[in-house]
Amino acid sequence: MSKIHVTTTVNGDPVEFLASPGATLMDALRDDLNLTGTKEGCGSGDCGACSVIVDGRVVCSCLMLAPEAEGRRIETVEGLAQGGHLHPLQQKFLEHAALQCGFCTPGLLMASKALLDANPDPTETEARYWLAGNLCRCTGYDKIIRAVLDAAAELRQERAA
Amino acid sequence: MARVVAGSECWPYTGGASEFEVEAGTVREIIAALDARFPGLGAFVDKRMAFAIDGEIHQDAWFSPVGPDSEVFLIPKIGGG
Amino acid sequence: MSETLEKPAPKAALSIVGSRPVRPDGADKVTGRAAYGADFNMPGQLVGRVLRSPHAHARIVSIDASKARALPGVKAVITAADFPDLASEELEGGEAAANLRDLSLNVMARGKALYHGHAVAAVAAVSTEIAEAALERIKVTYEVLPHVIDVEAAMSPDAPVLHDHLFTEGLEARPDRPSNIAKKHRFARGDLAEGFAAADVVVEGRYTTKATHQGYIEPHACVAAWGEDGRCDVWSSSQGHFMVRTFCARLLGLDISDVRVTPAEIGGGFGGKTTVYLEPLALALSRASGRPVKMVMSREEVFRATGPTSGGIVRVRLGAKSDGTIVAADVELTYQAGAFPGSPVGAGAMTALACYDIPNFSIVGWDVVTNTPKVAAYRAPGAPISAFGVESAVDELALKLGMDPIALREKNAVKDGTKASYGPTFQNIGYLDTLAAIRESEHWKTPLGPNQGRGVAVGFWFNVGGESTAAVHIGEDGSAAVVTGNPDIGGSRASMAMMAAETLGLPIDKVRPMIADTSSIGYSMLTGGSRVTFATGMAVVQAAEKVTGELCARAAKLWDVPRDQVAWEGGKAVCLDAAKDRAPLSLEALAAQSARTGGPISGQATINAQGAGPGFGVHLCDVEVDPETGQVSVVRYTAAQDVGKAIHPSYVEGQVQGGVAQGVGWALNEEYIFDGEGRMENAGFLDYRMPVASDLPMLDAILVETAPNPRHPFGAKGVGEVPIVPPLAAVANAVRGAIGVRMPDLPISPPKVLAALDAKGG
Repeated sequence: MSKIHVTTTVNGDPVEFLASPGATLMDALRDDLNLTGTKEGCGSGDCGACSVIVDGRVVCSCLMLAPEAEGRRIETVEGLAQGGHLHPLQQKFLEHAALQCGFCTPGLLMASKALLDANPDPTETEARYWLAGNLCRCTGYDKIIRAVLDAAAELRQERAA
Repeated sequence: MARVVAGSECWPYTGGASEFEVEAGTVREIIAALDARFPGLGAFVDKRMAFAIDGEIHQDAWFSPVGPDSEVFLIPKIGGG
Repeated sequence: MSETLEKPAPKAALSIVGSRPVRPDGADKVTGRAAYGADFNMPGQLVGRVLRSPHAHARIVSIDASKARALPGVKAVITAADFPDLASEELEGGEAAANLRDLSLNVMARGKALYHGHAVAAVAAVSTEIAEAALERIKVTYEVLPHVIDVEAAMSPDAPVLHDHLFTEGLEARPDRPSNIAKKHRFARGDLAEGFAAADVVVEGRYTTKATHQGYIEPHACVAAWGEDGRCDVWSSSQGHFMVRTFCARLLGLDISDVRVTPAEIGGGFGGKTTVYLEPLALALSRASGRPVKMVMSREEVFRATGPTSGGIVRVRLGAKSDGTIVAADVELTYQAGAFPGSPVGAGAMTALACYDIPNFSIVGWDVVTNTPKVAAYRAPGAPISAFGVESAVDELALKLGMDPIALREKNAVKDGTKASYGPTFQNIGYLDTLAAIRESEHWKTPLGPNQGRGVAVGFWFNVGGESTAAVHIGEDGSAAVVTGNPDIGGSRASMAMMAAETLGLPIDKVRPMIADTSSIGYSMLTGGSRVTFATGMAVVQAAEKVTGELCARAAKLWDVPRDQVAWEGGKAVCLDAAKDRAPLSLEALAAQSARTGGPISGQATINAQGAGPGFGVHLCDVEVDPETGQVSVVRYTAAQDVGKAIHPSYVEGQVQGGVAQGVGWALNEEYIFDGEGRMENAGFLDYRMPVASDLPMLDAILVETAPNPRHPFGAKGVGEVPIVPPLAAVANAVRGAIGVRMPDLPISPPKVLAALDAKGG
């Protein structure tokens, strides 16, 4: 089957690629655009390792077809740090040791960013339910939740300043 | 003489005996002494067993020292996850 | 929150060890730059895919791949015929002794498929679509055989036998016919009958666990290239690239020197990546096609064909005096090994009673093959299963005696000088302090709410040492590169850098740790057994000490004083002869002059580390049971652990918290479910339900540092495995507290809890 031409925006940059009709957004990001920070843990939308933000909503990129990216605004982990500076979420994940193997980290960072974009002051319970779609097998989530809440506090302070 | 204690793993070689007095200054000398007494046991122990010398576990360590009054337990080698 | 209990530091105050710096590989891992198994590509690479058995047990009558080979874009098809037919031989290099023939047969079935998902053929093609189309064109003729999954059914005399050559080891006499019982293990002390005769109280139970998967989020992945000159390159994610090299070389009949393995970042392993699955296939496909081959497992393949750990049955009988002194213990363990011998029942037996000083006991373990994937190591392999049975029984004993569960464990606790149940005499253990840490915790003193229960359980793991290599290279600006051969699975780069920095007297940001491929650093056993911070850490410190020794020698030359008049203190060479009046020389100053004083400064150490200190954990769990749904929620959890000395406390806490979470999943949700044909029914993360963030509370870790390991320069003990040992029983004991009914069969799922509540007459 012939490939489909897709024009979209990834991390603020205009990009074009050719996608097989059955290819997922994750395939396009990883294989066509070389953005391998987005990870595949299951391919069925259960682990969240491939989480990216599309038009402000967190999605599992393994469940979205690549041609559906046409005209969208996509954010991946590679776009989180700006101008050589880590995003507060990235910084807090490091300070709190919120990763061990680091494989789930890109997806968790993107899901957490979507959370804080939508809810700048989440409770612990809200954070836990928001991130329930992102599996981590190493940490038991304790330090991840602490990092997200701490980053939320810092972002609120930045905004207030 | 060091006191060497071998568990059930070694019984096929020792005929069920499990405690031996051995003249040895190193793990390697224990292996040799055991093999002299029970042919085949040396190679088995070398491959399969760890040596707990006075409570401290030594694996694949021929030259770990053994004292004259040491207690040496042979236990299956340990791995982990 | 997490806290640390420690005695005053015996030696000079540490400036870096014990602090919490950002990990050196941190930026790579939060920006997506870190390259894991599936993130690497080679020019011209093909896609490799595996054809797997649709039957749990079947004779492979024939394989016809001609139609697959004829498909345009298919470059190679391989079967067992493409691998040497290896003889049975014990193989070192992995986690425990492996059998070379079994490993070979697990990687690619020969003659018989032994479990649903067993590899029978593999293809390499120019695209995923073509590779998958090729798999459909391979015609395998099977003669389906009766299968057996249940471990007790597998032991019965009329069970279908997996291996005609398997005769039970460890019996008084060699049996006269083959069976599925691979081995009997025995550990005993004292007189069991006498012990039970002297007991005032006896408790007895039968406890079962299901097979569970390690559940690492990164599926197995590799790229392999077989060069025209016979030199092979493998890039893969594993717990040990030297293990991958050894296993691939042996399985394919190659020289070690012809295989170079480069470690990718590893996305979790927990023991499950201590062996090979894809790498030998990718190499064989590359040899057959003349192109590099990339292989990545699907999650379904990970469940069906890798890991898991054993399901098991634990029978326990305990006898105690009325004051709580345990006088007799009778334990029988039966573990599923999967398709080939080698369940972790031996370690399960050795650890079962390791926390207790009991004069009379018998522990028997049975290793049983079944038509399920060959088990792989899983964090403290074997110990959580036996601890689940024993710790549930000890909880029953406490209830029967009307005793506090911590006091009962304190009364029977092993301490320095106690002869361990598995033989040797304990030294430098902090178990009693770990029990005390829980007894004194705020959690223990907090009352429970309605429908809540509290459980206590303890656990033990040996920890191991082993072979490691480390090199420290000083840059001309006075920075240091620390090179080791152990994949960093949970932050070990940080602890390596910290120990080097502490020894060299450098700030942590002047030390760069890296993990080198098999051609660039000396042999190192794999990352497992809680060995890296202990053993590889020792090698790093020794290599750094060689560097400081050389720096002192250079200073002695510059000062024209004898070498023994120079010492390394606080990151500087100091002249001990006060009369000479020499200003100390910093590492930076000495490095800047190194060309003129003798050349580059490096140190390397190779060790086979002995004397890893065992670790103990004491866990306290509160659950709340919903009487309407039977749902069990963990509402509070505190885990204390004897860690010797935490090099980077945050990552030690992380090990404890992660082990707890896995144990909670094992206790409440996770299990392999098989249908009547022996096919796993829940081979995906939706139905194989691992804990998610909303399932768990904060997990409090108490690091007990009162018994540093004298063998390690900073007192470290292994920490990664102990924390998965107690949670199964800690959760189950808490459920018993909440509903008044003992739940002996894991997982404690809502339907089981509801049934128990109904039976109780709720």
